[in-house]
Amino acid sequence: MISANLSAVFYLVSGVLFILALRGLSSPETSRQGNLFGILGMIIAVTVTFLSIGNFSSGFIFVLIFILVGGSIGAFIAYKIPMTAMPELVAGFHSLVGLAAVFVAISAFLNPEAFNLGQPGNIKLGSLVEMSIGAAVGAITFSGSVIAFLKLQGIMSGSPITFKGQHFINAIILISIIVLTYLLCSTQSSNLFWILLTVSFLIGFLLIIPIGGADMPVVISMLNSYSGWAAAGIGFTLENTALIITGALVGSSGAILSYIMCKGMNRSFFNVILGGFGATEDTSTGSSKEQRPVKSGNADDAAFLMKNASSVIIVPGYGMAVAQAQHALREMVDTLKKNDIKVSYAIHPVAGRMPGHMNVLLAEANVPYDEVFELEEINNDFANADVAFVIGANDVTNPVAKTDPQSPIYGMPVLDVEKCKSVLFVKRSLSPGYAGIDNDLFYKENTLMLFADAKKMTEDITKNL
Amino acid sequence: MEIDPLIFRLSIFILSIFVGYYVVWSVTPSLHTPLMSVTNAISSVIIVGAIIAGLSGNSESVFNISSIFGFLAIALAAINIFGGFLVTQRMLAMYKKKKINK
Repeated sequence: MISANLSAVFYLVSGVLFILALRGLSSPETSRQGNLFGILGMIIAVTVTFLSIGNFSSGFIFVLIFILVGGSIGAFIAYKIPMTAMPELVAGFHSLVGLAAVFVAISAFLNPEAFNLGQPGNIKLGSLVEMSIGAAVGAITFSGSVIAFLKLQGIMSGSPITFKGQHFINAIILISIIVLTYLLCSTQSSNLFWILLTVSFLIGFLLIIPIGGADMPVVISMLNSYSGWAAAGIGFTLENTALIITGALVGSSGAILSYIMCKGMNRSFFNVILGGFGATEDTSTGSSKEQRPVKSGNADDAAFLMKNASSVIIVPGYGMAVAQAQHALREMVDTLKKNDIKVSYAIHPVAGRMPGHMNVLLAEANVPYDEVFELEEINNDFANADVAFVIGANDVTNPVAKTDPQSPIYGMPVLDVEKCKSVLFVKRSLSPGYAGIDNDLFYKENTLMLFADAKKMTEDITKNL
Repeated sequence: MEIDPLIFRLSIFILSIFVGYYVVWSVTPSLHTPLMSVTNAISSVIIVGAIIAGLSGNSESVFNISSIFGFLAIALAAINIFGGFLVTQRMLAMYKKKKINK
């Protein structure tokens, strides 16, 4: 058994290692080392916990068994999961952090002596406050992430679910959580603790159902942030520095990602969270325009255009992930490169269903990361490029965002795809994108629509090159 | 008068938020997905609380209602720790391959 001071020092060390783990992600070269720091930090934290409890009786064996069982499940998932399913996986993992926080809080509430927090019914006030916050935020993270998971997995419809009085009900529930926390802390009643948990599960569910599929990047980042705050709340209860540091890191990380995602859509955080965006109301404006002429072509036309180009910019979007077209795309690019055509990739911040989603898919297909550019880096290059190949993206290329102040996406930063000499747009049909608005790009003189499955079309083009 | 230890923890918390703020802004956007999976893994350090809870039983009975919740939390956090770090490793390895390919 080691002293409390010594273990506190080790927890601090593991907290610092976690900071280094995130620091490593500033470039792909240092990132793998960063991940090792993270693993090391975790090993230290767990080992110190065992040593400071110093109880290696039968309970210890069970702890190891549960770690092994959970660890094997986790390792199995990590190796099996396809990269296209990353958003679902992360949402699922967030729900587990949330639920673990809830379980730890329940355990501490039922048996505060084990945590040095007082006796049942007479828990130290400060600890009880921290515990309730940790439990409530954990529960919200859990149920919210489960809904996000179901929506991403397609088990639940990705379209927003809205009903009358939704915001009013949510507001009432949020207020009741605060009131319940106050009452719980003044009465120490276990009934109130369970009610608080139930209500928190409910609000997590209600908060996420009105948010549509393409807003998931914000939702996932937000839940990431919540899982951090939940961990920090439990960290305060357990007086554990490693947990407090980690909770703060994860909390601010998720918050920054949400901010970046909101900025990528030019929408306020509250606008996203209140939900309902892209619901069916907008489609009426689109129907009148559907008669406009569209040029459509086949793989042969596309191959001809690209063969005669000297530079091509590829704009991938969520559709590429759905069609699993990243490998086919990379083969096409290989062929282009053999013909001395310069190829680069342009990634919009909210392309896909989570931050960095497209980058991972391209990385999986062995696309060198120095050929992949962010919006600000590449947007000026469209004017000089010969062909833009839009595969699975839609709203993020819509010039309406720059020209029509009436449009719901007006002001959103978009890729200047229309400035290219010619645009190849791979899409299944002319249906509007997520925002429910028509894309002007379809009807431009220099746009050639390729109506097909993204993967199949890309393969056909490669054959024709 | 002695300062409440809570104030120290609060100081650590606030300063860590600032550290997190600056560190995360320096993360390159192409690594945002690994960032999410690794933050996921490290937030599972909540397993330390779960271990304390799991070991709260006495020598006669390992299992009581409180330790059972602890054991469940251990399993959940372990899924996250192994799953989170390994999937991050797998993703980052892909970014590595690029260079060889060039």
